[in-house]
Amino acid sequence: MTRENDKIKKFDSEQDVVVCRCEEITREEIRTWIARGFHTFDELKRVLRIGMGPCQGRGCRDIVMRELACITQKQLSEISPGVIRPPVKPIKLGLLAQKTNKGGSCDGCEGR
Amino acid sequence: MAARVADVIVVGGGVHGCSAALHLVNEGLNVVLFEAQYLSSGGSGRSAAGLRQHFGTEVNCRLAKYNLECFSTLEQDLGGEFDLEFRQWGYLWVAYTESSKEQLRKNVSLQNSLDIPSVMLSPAEIKERWPYMNVDRMVGAAFCDKDGHINPHSLTMAYGYAAQKKGAIIKTYAPVEKLLTDKGKISGVQAAGEVWHAPRVMLTAGPWSRDLALGVGVDMPVSAERHNLLVTEQVEPFNCPMTLCLDDGAYFKQLPNGSFFLGRDDPDEPKTVESGNSAKFLEGVTESVLQRIPMLKDVRAIHQWSGPYDVTPDHQAIIDWTPVEGLWVNCGWSGHGLQFGPSGGRLAKEMFFGEKTFVDIRNFRLSRFEEGDLFDEPAFI
Repeated sequence: MTRENDKIKKFDSEQDVVVCRCEEITREEIRTWIARGFHTFDELKRVLRIGMGPCQGRGCRDIVMRELACITQKQLSEISPGVIRPPVKPIKLGLLAQKTNKGGSCDGCEGR
Repeated sequence: MAARVADVIVVGGGVHGCSAALHLVNEGLNVVLFEAQYLSSGGSGRSAAGLRQHFGTEVNCRLAKYNLECFSTLEQDLGGEFDLEFRQWGYLWVAYTESSKEQLRKNVSLQNSLDIPSVMLSPAEIKERWPYMNVDRMVGAAFCDKDGHINPHSLTMAYGYAAQKKGAIIKTYAPVEKLLTDKGKISGVQAAGEVWHAPRVMLTAGPWSRDLALGVGVDMPVSAERHNLLVTEQVEPFNCPMTLCLDDGAYFKQLPNGSFFLGRDDPDEPKTVESGNSAKFLEGVTESVLQRIPMLKDVRAIHQWSGPYDVTPDHQAIIDWTPVEGLWVNCGWSGHGLQFGPSGGRLAKEMFFGEKTFVDIRNFRLSRFEEGDLFDEPAFI
């Protein structure tokens, strides 16, 4: 554990706060990996799976970026949000497959 | 620009580069590794990360067998800090024509001769073992229950950070701009505005290797090909094996956390290292995979991504010293390179010291293209 992390701990009595609810990752874990030198959202994503769950990072991205800015002493605007991948919202595989079969329409869309 | 010096420079932080860095630093060398983004950000991290011993050429079978043996203890060997998610849920190659079944049979016979425990299965045997699979039109399959999965990010990072702990310098977000030579010998690299000198450079930059090598006059027939993947939400794990359908190249498998990976070949995909996504892939892959495993229809797709293969004319790697003295290359794995990471590092070390390699890899030599002595790998996807 590095000095930075210890410093933050002193002021922080809520170490179990869950930041990524999809993968149940706590603020403590995020700070630990930032202290190990993982200084981008994309790297933290690869080691902690944050942003890989059904919410696509909607829940955790801003919080993780603020942690990164704070610990690496940068402006929030300097922190890259990382790559955001399609689809924007989770879609059932059956709906995606039907779209092909019916030339653009799908059961979920018909009659609306 | 200040000059910096190392014994050996590794170009590319994929699994082969990171494994090479660890094997070389273990020998007491000063190693510096350059990666354009973060470790595993290229082809390694984007792969479907299947582990298989199903190959149709002896050298790949022998190396795959060695790698699988490594994977069983690798997580601890590399320090235990990264969860490698190694699982052996098997790998199934499904034939839809008699001719592809015949090829699978040949491959399995070769594998068995090398003590790889793969078997042929009939459609009835497939249905009995995995009742949720739709076996319509299947004519048979090859299966090995020792094959499986590994997490490509943690595998690559575990190698890279193990090397760092041993003293290797790992420079991320430091793209190599060019290789440097002096009187026809390699002399270093220019990366992120810095010049680094070393008498040996190990080029393991996947599809990016070609242009870097071309810069010092080495022409390798390696081209980029974009491939897509789709991942679903997590469902209760039921050990669904990696299943590859040889009619249209569709595949699916379950990951240890319960998510499914889905992929499919598309010859219309751009030949590029640039990532990007198409709706066409999303629709095509789901239609194809749901035909084989209909019960996934209510599972949700979470996201898709793409990554580049580094393809050679015979779908085999290039592992060799190049005509430029001191420049060694390991690339061109054509889509099955991730699982060869452990052997890639061992070969780097053996060839660095001029030792006899633990498996005969003459077939991977760079000059085979000029000589017209290609050795096609029949089992590639």
